[in-house]
Amino acid sequence: MAFLRGFGAWLPERVVTNEQLAQRLGCQPDWIHNVSGIRERRYAEETVTVADLAVRAGEDCLARTGADRSKIGMLMVASGSAERRFPGPAAEVARRLELTDRPAIDLPMASAGSLFGMALASRLVDTWGDVLVIAAEKMSVFVDREPLDRNVAILFGDGAGACLVSGAAGPAKIVDSILRSDGAFTDALKLDFGGPLVMNGLSVILQAARKLPKAIKELLARNGIEPNAVQVYLLHQANQNLIAKIASGMGVETASFYSNIERYGNTSSASMLIAASEWAASAGFGSAPLVFGGFGAGFHWGALLAEPVTPGAVSQ
Amino acid sequence: MSQQERILNIIQKIAKKDVRPDADESLFDAGYLDSFALPDMVSALEQEFGIEVPDSDLNPRKFESIARIENYLNSRL
Repeated sequence: MAFLRGFGAWLPERVVTNEQLAQRLGCQPDWIHNVSGIRERRYAEETVTVADLAVRAGEDCLARTGADRSKIGMLMVASGSAERRFPGPAAEVARRLELTDRPAIDLPMASAGSLFGMALASRLVDTWGDVLVIAAEKMSVFVDREPLDRNVAILFGDGAGACLVSGAAGPAKIVDSILRSDGAFTDALKLDFGGPLVMNGLSVILQAARKLPKAIKELLARNGIEPNAVQVYLLHQANQNLIAKIASGMGVETASFYSNIERYGNTSSASMLIAASEWAASAGFGSAPLVFGGFGAGFHWGALLAEPVTPGAVSQ
Repeated sequence: MSQQERILNIIQKIAKKDVRPDADESLFDAGYLDSFALPDMVSALEQEFGIEVPDSDLNPRKFESIARIENYLNSRL
């Protein structure tokens, strides 16, 4: 049995507005908002690394949960924007969080990386002890370079999120999860070393709008839960129009889908955990089911179902 | 009603405009539909023609123009 113990997040201070980008792109700020739901995003300073971002989110999660580090048996760090082919940031993050002498695993996955990390962690806690899952992205390195590609420059931002998955206790129990991968469309969304970030928006939206609702519906159906009985959907914050389309495809009000994309843009694998962290801090865990979902390059996608243990429990 | 007319009806319904694309004209490059309209169009085609588009066929190129949609439908019907 696995539990969500709590979340954490960290966002760089530097805000980049649509007005600033629009000037460089030769478009209207409102156009950016209309096609994405984004008004601003954060960029980390040049010297900040993915590991730096991950450590800050990990520290926030550990502080919020009051976790005993000796009970944490594994660290996972998801990132699609890490600086090196190897080693990935996980080992450095483990050292800086004083989580050495235990496995620190890199998940080199964009967008869906945090969802995959959480789902895998839920199956590993019985063997390894609590698992700290962190997702960190410095997307500005790839999208904030001249000549700007308006397809990606308007979307992405930097940030990090974290989640502590426990085998012992927590305000919500992880009930079930679905993970899927399909390598037939790897060229539709990719980032080779050295860039640029390549995105075929038509293909990504078409695949995500079909595959993600299907996975969520399958997960809910096999657990006997109606889509409208879910308290909140905490999805990868890819694009507000995609979130609305997924809500519509599921016959659920968009208001049930937590969104902070207006303020942070798409922070790839980090976005779902940043959203979860903000949601839990403001709303607690409530009493109805929670659904997490992600879709991204690969394609990889999936969903995770959690149910609050104590009605009205508040995030630590 | 011909197959092409049925396809055009769907495009007009999704675009919410009385658009008249040429058979080979890209629906997306010409601005008739955007990326968020594409999933709706595929769902509408499934409903209208009684087919299910498998994930392996979810390639935007197959739905880029009326002619390409016709080709795809003919391969499935």
